[in-house]
Amino acid sequence: MADVTAPDIVLDEHYTSTGLRSTKLAMWLFLASECLLFGGLITAYILYRGASLTGPYPQDVFDIGYTSVSSFVLLASSLTMVLAHNAALDKDFPRMRLWLTGTAMLGLTFVGGQVFEFTSFYREGLTIKTNLFGTTFYTLTGFHGVHVTVGVLMLLILVVMSWRGSLSDEPAFPVEMVGLYWHFVDIVWIVIFTLVYLIPSPQGPIR
Amino acid sequence: MASVSVSGSHGVLRRPMSTTGFWSWFTTVDHKKIGIMYGVSSFLFFILGGVEALLIRSQLAKPGNTLLNADQYNQIFTMHALTMIFLFVMPMSAAFFNYLIPLMIGARDVAFPRLNALSFWVFLLGALFLNSSWFLGGAPDGGWFGYAPNSTTEPGNAMTFYALGLLITGVASTIGAINLAITVINMRAPGMSMFRMPVFVWMGLVVQFLLAFSLPIITVALFQMLFDRRWGTAFFDPTRGGEPLLWQHMFWLFGHPEVYILILPAFGIISEILPVFSRKPLFGYQFIVFSGIAIGFIGFGVWVHHMFATGLGPVANTAFGITTAIIAIPTGIKIFNWMGTMYGGDLRFDTPMLYAVGAVAMFVIGGLSGVTHSIVPSDYQQTDTYYIVAHFHYVLFGGAIFALFGGMYYWWPKVFGKMLNERWGKVQFWIVIVGFNLAFGPMHILGLGGMIRREYTYPASLGLTFWNQVSTVGAFTIAVGVLLFIINAVRTQLKPSTLTTDDPWDARTLEWTTSCPPADYNFETIPTVHSLDDFWHKKYAEDESGRLVRVPAGASGEAHPGHGAHAIHLPSPSFWPLVVSFGFPLLGYGVLYSWWLIGLGAAVIAVGLVGWALEPSVAE
Repeated sequence: MADVTAPDIVLDEHYTSTGLRSTKLAMWLFLASECLLFGGLITAYILYRGASLTGPYPQDVFDIGYTSVSSFVLLASSLTMVLAHNAALDKDFPRMRLWLTGTAMLGLTFVGGQVFEFTSFYREGLTIKTNLFGTTFYTLTGFHGVHVTVGVLMLLILVVMSWRGSLSDEPAFPVEMVGLYWHFVDIVWIVIFTLVYLIPSPQGPIR
Repeated sequence: MASVSVSGSHGVLRRPMSTTGFWSWFTTVDHKKIGIMYGVSSFLFFILGGVEALLIRSQLAKPGNTLLNADQYNQIFTMHALTMIFLFVMPMSAAFFNYLIPLMIGARDVAFPRLNALSFWVFLLGALFLNSSWFLGGAPDGGWFGYAPNSTTEPGNAMTFYALGLLITGVASTIGAINLAITVINMRAPGMSMFRMPVFVWMGLVVQFLLAFSLPIITVALFQMLFDRRWGTAFFDPTRGGEPLLWQHMFWLFGHPEVYILILPAFGIISEILPVFSRKPLFGYQFIVFSGIAIGFIGFGVWVHHMFATGLGPVANTAFGITTAIIAIPTGIKIFNWMGTMYGGDLRFDTPMLYAVGAVAMFVIGGLSGVTHSIVPSDYQQTDTYYIVAHFHYVLFGGAIFALFGGMYYWWPKVFGKMLNERWGKVQFWIVIVGFNLAFGPMHILGLGGMIRREYTYPASLGLTFWNQVSTVGAFTIAVGVLLFIINAVRTQLKPSTLTTDDPWDARTLEWTTSCPPADYNFETIPTVHSLDDFWHKKYAEDESGRLVRVPAGASGEAHPGHGAHAIHLPSPSFWPLVVSFGFPLLGYGVLYSWWLIGLGAAVIAVGLVGWALEPSVAE
């Protein structure tokens, strides 16, 4: 191969074809895949809107005011997530840990609110097997709640790792990755909150 | 355990460092070893699925047969399909992608080596979980499509195993898909632009996107089925307003892209083999690539052709009949390009070439019977008959599995440094293709003659006996052919290598510039790529009359002296993927038997992931 006169390109350790880090591309592809997951769950909910044969129906159990507050809490956590990322970029790690913890607490508040909401719906006679509304509502919002919980765990692990000093030398990157996931979960909630809570459901069976 | 040595004290488990010896296979993150493990385990499942097929054909060998009862027959045909699709063709394709994509694009490994190990172990444990149902009250028996409400109301655990088993192997496929897609996008060697990639890599990329976007749909459907079965939800329960048809839509919205997930890897393999054995560049490279991408897109818009007989109405049926006819166009483009590649070529009919040509020919037959399904009135006659069974065996066995066998013959020297015996290979090919046509050709006649799918026996008065007997003889002929392949493989592996060159086929692509088998680090120096079929152009130039002239100075891919391998940092082996993967079957058994197991499985996954996060990918 000595006759091939290609200049020897020296590759540094982080060379990639696109110049972007593989982890970031993988996170975007994962989130794209997640869109289809929530797409499927939301489709089932929309398809079965107003198709329940028995109550309780959405209007019987929803407390829009309460859920609006918990939605606001979750959306506010996107702001604190951005502030955590900014702190990480500034290499101000105590501030970063503060905002990460704050984001996790807001997420936990949302999940706690969801547990309370589920409990009160259950008391009013709506279980996952009561009717199609219960089936699709608990499945959709339950999957979202699990996603928020996983996000909270990742945030807390970031805090502990940073505190122990075992985060890599540029923590802004893992914080950005968890942030991407966190913002995605928030955006999904905007869709769910609009479709499930805000758009009134035809009461009772329409067929 | 002598091979596992101690390193730094990161994490809870000691870091395994050895890359040789038996135990290293459990901790390896090397894409080549993971590819071999995918290949070996999926081939074992191929044998299992084959035995199930022989049981089916034995039962149908004569009318009114009592070899199997209806219940056993249902389990066996369901598991035959699940095994061949999810435990053989998909992971065998993953084996080829894993082993070859980094070598073909000039990379040292995939983008995420530990995730790669995780996807293999989750696949293997998920497959064993699914098959453990045989011993725990009976295997799934509702067909591979698991139509509701039969699948959601049937008592027992069989269809719960189906939902959970497919969920677990789906996790494996999703992880693998993201990993391999990012590998192709981001790990290419300098100069390896997208349109200098081998077609196999392109088809790999399309398949990974199909997986990433179709698996979530079946994931949702399987959760809905699981919730209906286990926790009494109403998704597919018509007595509470649920629509059983929703399951069919969700299943086929995944299921049709799945068909292309199974066949596109084969298209890639054929596109690699034909140019090498025709000694010509692939005809219409861009057309083959773009038609592959087109198939990927249109594949999401044809699912209702599986549901023509469900009464969706003439508008839906017409629309999907048209899209189904349209998807034949990009497929036809590929067929003509392959013929154009061979036309005027210097053809050598070694075993890989025989299999590739055989795959094209058999796939054309299956493709043509497929077009007849797009005509809705014609489909009404064919649906749920053996005509359909004939069709999809011609495309999936005749197309996909033939190409996979061709790929095994072609890349065997690359992977193992030894050539499979050619004479055995040719004999084996002719036995398989004759047996194949005997087994599945008569099913066209049986189907049009009124034999319906999935019935466990038939009366003699229907006049179906003769062609069923022919089909059974064909099935056992295929089995003889596969047995010869196994003997050939074992004999080859037991003998010392007779390979004298690293480029036995005079090939065109980058993987043949490495040694056979490649070193752990694949390439001592990352290659720089100047054109499509770069390796070929380094070997050959054309004289003024267009004849090939060998470039004199070496260039046959010898290792370059003077570059030590000392400076190459490879990712280190890790226990964590194996640890995490054990959580998934625990979750599965937990859903079936006990909340405690669910908690244990979740804890294993959580602990494993934390340990993983704390472990650097390269040990100091």
